[in-house]
Amino acid sequence: MTTKKGIEVSIAVAEAAKLARVEVIAAYPITPQTHIVEHLAEIVADGEVEAKYINVESEHSAMSACCGASAAGARTFTSTSAQGLELMHEILFIASGMRLPIVMATVNRALSAPLSIWGDQSDVMAARDSGWIMLFCENGQETVDTTIMAFKIAEDRRVLLPVMINLDGFSLSHVIEPIIMPSQEDVDAFLPSYNPLFTLHPDKPVTMGAYAMPELYTEAKFAQETAIRNSKKVIDEVMEEFGKQFGRSYKSVETYNCDGTDFAFIAIGSICENIKTCIDDMKDEGKEAGLIEMRLFRPFPEDDFLKAINGKKRLAVMERAMPGGATYGPLFNEIAALIHTHGLNITTENYICGLGGRDVQPEEFKNVFVSPQKGTNITVIGVRE
Amino acid sequence: MAKPMDQYKWHELNAGCVIEDVGNASEYKTGDWRSQKPVHDNTKCTRCSLCWLFCPDSAVYEVDDEYFDSNLDYCKGCGICAKECKPGAITMVEEER
Repeated sequence: MTTKKGIEVSIAVAEAAKLARVEVIAAYPITPQTHIVEHLAEIVADGEVEAKYINVESEHSAMSACCGASAAGARTFTSTSAQGLELMHEILFIASGMRLPIVMATVNRALSAPLSIWGDQSDVMAARDSGWIMLFCENGQETVDTTIMAFKIAEDRRVLLPVMINLDGFSLSHVIEPIIMPSQEDVDAFLPSYNPLFTLHPDKPVTMGAYAMPELYTEAKFAQETAIRNSKKVIDEVMEEFGKQFGRSYKSVETYNCDGTDFAFIAIGSICENIKTCIDDMKDEGKEAGLIEMRLFRPFPEDDFLKAINGKKRLAVMERAMPGGATYGPLFNEIAALIHTHGLNITTENYICGLGGRDVQPEEFKNVFVSPQKGTNITVIGVRE
Repeated sequence: MAKPMDQYKWHELNAGCVIEDVGNASEYKTGDWRSQKPVHDNTKCTRCSLCWLFCPDSAVYEVDDEYFDSNLDYCKGCGICAKECKPGAITMVEEER
């Protein structure tokens, strides 16, 4: 089936989880939450999928219940946003450390205070080192496709790690987009049922989540680190296989108008669509700018990224999160470190924009291109001084 | 565990450090965490068994179906047995090693 259907992206993510034949969903239905879990509750109640929906008492419990369900061998899904992700924070590390292939859709929204429910990426950036594989989506179609791919990546025996699908709050989660929903047959052919390596089962008792003394903790974390770094190969394989079967191809690092351009924006998420529009407009005026879009953030796709910036003279890193006193934004710091360790000579600038749901206008991207940052500090776009 | 903890290489660990062999916690002797040890005085003991019941490490055991003692391989010296002992038959004694 290749007909596009107008559907709210949150609803589409829930439908994608249904197509993945998810078995357990644990969620806490309060602000900040989205229609993702609301619609899944409906799907489960209507008997459209054979799943257990656990209505827990907090986001901390939601992730804890997901850990238990995944440890018992169930294909497990949840969704959260902003403060909810922060309340889960402790358990995020337990999920990745125990190598539980949970899939979670995180709707990226600003963190309070001041109180906000609007979109930016400060929530996920505060959780970026939790050992989860982190994928970011630019539009609704990508969000649906990534949800289906996420299970295949997470559950691969070479990976066995939780995967977070990030979609921007409101600009994706609450808009209706034309989306092709894959058929159940196609998803079944792409995604086999989950065959766990270890499960909590009385017939074969095992210990999960045991204590590691100083003699063993370093080895345990090194094994986990190796797993997330090696997962890149599987992520590439799954994206390629998805492309072959569904005709929509994805890459860890996407480039747009990057051939022969000296300058490129680097960005994550739905803002990339705005940047592309701006790039097209500038092209008409004879201004050539490229875009490097980071679809995969953890593990950081070093090689693909270095290939993408090859030949560039100037990069503008656009981020939707305040650094919180860090030298630069989280994405910039990754990039600057790579440019430094590889001895590259590229002017690199850091712009913070689109905080707490503020729109970034095409002219503002154009300004970045036309008037380069002065000095070495971060520039906060649009702040009234 | 099949061998001492400090001899495992990172790639020898199961994903997520899952332990497949059952009941190996007894191989880990927690007695060396202790700074005080319980001393049982059988002249005061009423054999109520509260020490045996309350010990969080199941380190208190019955001796010859009569009185109780603590297995110092596993007793962490928490003092719960002494606290719960109503006739005061258990004293926590400073231990020097």
